[in-house]
Parts: sequence; C-alpha cells; structure tokens
Amino acid sequence: MAKKAAVRSQKDQSSLRTRAIKNRQYIWLGLIAFFSVFPFYWMFVISSNNSAAINERPPAVIPGENFLTSVAQVNEIINFAVPLVNSLLVASVVAASQVFFSTLAGFAFAKLRFPGRNGLFVFVLATMMVPTGLGIIPFYLMMSNLGLINTLGSVILPGLTTAFGVFWMRQTIEGGVPDELIEAARIDGASNFRIYRSIVMPSIAPTAGVLGLFGFLAAWNDFMWPLLSLNSPENFTVQVAVRQLRSAYFVDYSIQMTGAFLATVPLLILFALVARRMVAGVMAGAIKG
Amino acid sequence: MATNSKKLLRSERRSGLLYTSPFFIIFAVFGLFPIVYTFWVGFHKWDPFSEPTWVGLDNFVLLMGDDRLWLAIRNTFSIWFLSSVPQILIALWLAWILNHSRIKGNTFWRSVVLIPNITSVVAVAVVFGQLFGRDYGMINWLLTVLGFTPIDWVNGTFSSHVLIAIMVIWRWTGYNALIYLAAMQSVPEELYEAAELDGASKFRQFIEITIPQIRPTIIFTVIVSTIGGLQIFAEPLILDGQGYAGGVSRQFSTVTLFMFEQGFSRFEYGYASAIAIVLTLIVISFSIVNFLIVRKIRA
Repeated sequence: MAKKAAVRSQKDQSSLRTRAIKNRQYIWLGLIAFFSVFPFYWMFVISSNNSAAINERPPAVIPGENFLTSVAQVNEIINFAVPLVNSLLVASVVAASQVFFSTLAGFAFAKLRFPGRNGLFVFVLATMMVPTGLGIIPFYLMMSNLGLINTLGSVILPGLTTAFGVFWMRQTIEGGVPDELIEAARIDGASNFRIYRSIVMPSIAPTAGVLGLFGFLAAWNDFMWPLLSLNSPENFTVQVAVRQLRSAYFVDYSIQMTGAFLATVPLLILFALVARRMVAGVMAGAIKG
Repeated sequence: MATNSKKLLRSERRSGLLYTSPFFIIFAVFGLFPIVYTFWVGFHKWDPFSEPTWVGLDNFVLLMGDDRLWLAIRNTFSIWFLSSVPQILIALWLAWILNHSRIKGNTFWRSVVLIPNITSVVAVAVVFGQLFGRDYGMINWLLTVLGFTPIDWVNGTFSSHVLIAIMVIWRWTGYNALIYLAAMQSVPEELYEAAELDGASKFRQFIEITIPQIRPTIIFTVIVSTIGGLQIFAEPLILDGQGYAGGVSRQFSTVTLFMFEQGFSRFEYGYASAIAIVLTLIVISFSIVNFLIVRKIRA
C-alpha cells in the first residue's frame, strides 16, 4: 500500500517536473516571439506618432493617430506608390523567371540523360560559393556599357536564375516525379517540354511556389545593386526609396519608419498567407543542403 | 524501335543542354565575368576620365600601407565574430526547444521565428537605428531607468559593432534555428532513449548526441555565415546615413564599404578592385580555416 503511494507520488513529481520544463519552454518561446515581432510593431508606433510623442520620456509605446499624416509626408518627398509598383514588378518577374528556369533545369538534371550532366550539376553547386558581390566594380562598368544603368532591367537581369533554385528543384523532381510516369508519356509520343509542362510541373507545383516566394522576397529586399544602379525617383525600388528618406531626413524618424513600414507591409501580408509553406521550404532546403 | 530510341536519346541530349543553358549563360555574364574582370582591373589604374593603364602590383602595395584597409578588416572581423557566434549558439538552443514534441503550436512558433528573416536589411537598420538612438532611443531610456549610463551606440567603436551584430542576429537566428531543427529531426530517437537509460541529463544529451549528429549542418551554416558576414555592407551603410565612410571616425567601416567608397565615390576602379581581390582571398582562406576548425570539434 505504502509502496504504491510512493510510486504514485514519484510519478506525480516527475509529471510536475515535465510540466515545469514545458512551462519554461513556453516562456522562452514567448520571449523569442516578442523579440521577433517587436521591431515591426515599433515601426508602426513610431510612424503613427508625431515627433513630440517619440521624443517624450518615457517614449510612446502605443500607436498614435498620425500614421496617415506620416504617409502624406513621405509622399511629399517620394511618391511612394512608384517604388511600390516598381518593386512589385521587379520581384514578380524575378520570381516567375526563377521558377521557370529552375524547374526546367532541375527537370533536365533529374530526368534527362545528356553529356556532362553530373559535371555541370557540380558546377551549379560550386557557383553558390562564389562571392559574386565582389565583382561589383566591373559589374557596374559592364551594365553602364550596356546602357542599362538606371533601368529596372538592370535589376531584373542578374536575378533571372538562381543556383539554389536549380539545386532544390533537381532534388524535388528527382524524388517527386516517378520515372514510370515519364516513360509512359514518352511512349505516348510526348515531347520533353510537354512532359515538363503536363507531368513535372503539376507534381511539384507547391515546392516551386515556395521557390518563387523566396525569389520574390530576395528581389524585393535587394539593396546593394539597386542602390548603385537606380538613381532617379521614377525608377526607385522600395529599398532605395527608404534609403533616400534616411539620408534626406536623418533625424525625422517618423518619416523614415513610415517608409520602412510601407516597404515591409506587403511582405508581412504575403508571409501571413504562406508562412507554413515557407517554414517547410526553409527546412526542406536545409535537409538536402 | 532501335532508331526510335536513338531519336529519343538525341532529343534528351538536346533538351538537357537547352534547359540547363539559361542558368549558365546568366551566371557567366553577371556572375563569373565580373569576378574574373575584377582581377584584370585590380592591376590597372582606372578612373572615369582616363583609359586603364597597367600598373602591376602598385594598387596592392598602396593598399598594404593603407590604414583604412586594416581598420576595415579589424571592423569586419569584429562584427562578424560578434554576430555569428551568438547567432549560432542561440539558434542551436532555439532549435532544441522547438524540437521538443510536447510543445503545442509547432507551425505557429516556427513561423514566428522566421518573421525577422523576411524583412529587408534597410528596414532593420532604420528600426534598430532608432531603438538604439543616443538621445531618444528606447534602449538608452531603459538603460537610464535601470541606472546605467546611456550609450552613444553609433559613435562608439565597440558599441556600433554590437549594434550591427544585433541587427544581423535578429534577422538570421530564427532562420538558422529552422535549419538546425530540420537536422535535429533526423537524429535517430534511439540514441536519446539509450542516453536516457544511462541517466544522461538533457544538457549532456544535447552536447554529446545532438551536436555531433548535426555537425555537417553546423559546418554548412558557419561557412555560409562566414561568406555572407565578411561581405557585410548594407547595415553599416544605412547606419551611417550619409555615405560610404562607415561612421564619422570610420568606426564601423567594413571592407566592402571601403571598396564601395573607393569605387563609387572616389571612382578609383583599380584600387577598389584590388580591395575586392584582397577580400576574396580573405573570404576563401577564412572559410577553409573555419571548415577545418569546425570539423575538428568533436564531442
């Protein structure tokens, strides 16, 4: 009897302990979540308050009513709709192109037999290690010779393909599209492109979508090259526009933060819609990488 | 039948080369060519007003005696170290917590830790620049409340490095945690069960099972963060607000920023390319060193 009670109390204790551990974990995760989200919240707080409220002690920590005024102020300096449309255009074209070329090349590397296939694939992997940002000086001179400086094309062209995308799509297609399906289509007389369009793409569409999302994000957030290339306001992307607000209005944080907020909101909306897929994408890329 | 399969093979060969060629063409033009060309420009004196002239090693000799380069190298390594070590440790710890199956809302927590990564560096730098502002920043206000002296984050050398490191850590820790989490999920459960029977604590299991099991992934992230971190550019650029100097006393000038300054504000293409070559060599050798060190670390 006493023995049983002792066992039970031991059990209670250990379940108490696991509950304590669990609670601690929730606390840590809650803290991490707070730190992850706080800067976004803060962007809105600053952009919706006037300078007086921002500079008060203690500082304002809840959103004010000034947001639309701040947006109007931003628009006086740069009509922010223009960079938003430019970025949307650049990022969409880059995303679509990366999906198309990566899946096409991935299909070839996974399912077609051609000379040098393995060697070329290793080369694709090797290009991921090349610090291409360091070629920026000749890159600029080349773009300038091509007459592309200060055009959206200069920002789109280098992003049309991605080594990571080719690699990822090859892995996905290799495991995700059965060879028998392709053979059957061949016997029916389907061309390679037909196979790509009607068999490969439908079976890997979700993963290809995540790849497109990564491409969109990267193009939207790209900064170094657009900053050099785009120098008149009608061609600015959002990142260049925010940078412009910063150098023009070094001290007025509500204007800067409004710009940053406007540049970030589209991404937050996108993320809210597809967060689950993006998480899966990051983790899938990791396992194979 | 035989000719038919031959025809099929030929069509595969043609399609295979055709489908993979866009990547190689774009990479050759926009990736490889500029890098190779950099090595040519680095041995020339070249600005917008004159033709390039061959100067041999002059740019490099000049560069070796240029204090700004050494300062930029010191700053770059300091920022890299301050950002990557805590980032990797926090990411490992976070992945370990996320890996506990008992926690509810897996997808939610994973999404939340990934949010910082979708933001642009520009937005991050604007927000953190404000939070860490000298006079009206939230952080300094908190420091004052807690009885510490406020810090002039941007104008101090070490403090500006810490500030830049915090931006990098904030943006990349969750992303790395998810990568580690993916790796941790493929560690066989039996290893933990055996350790549990031996009475090993959670912490010991983490050190002696988890870390060695996911070592290839750790090596991968260390190399990626080295290649990216040593080229750090956007955060210090925006923190400065005005130009490519990296602060009033160049306290957070990095090598890439220095290259930009020489190339696009002084228009010394040759000198800037020489800086790029030096940085390339640093990145390559440091990646190798890192690889060797991390490979050595065994439980």
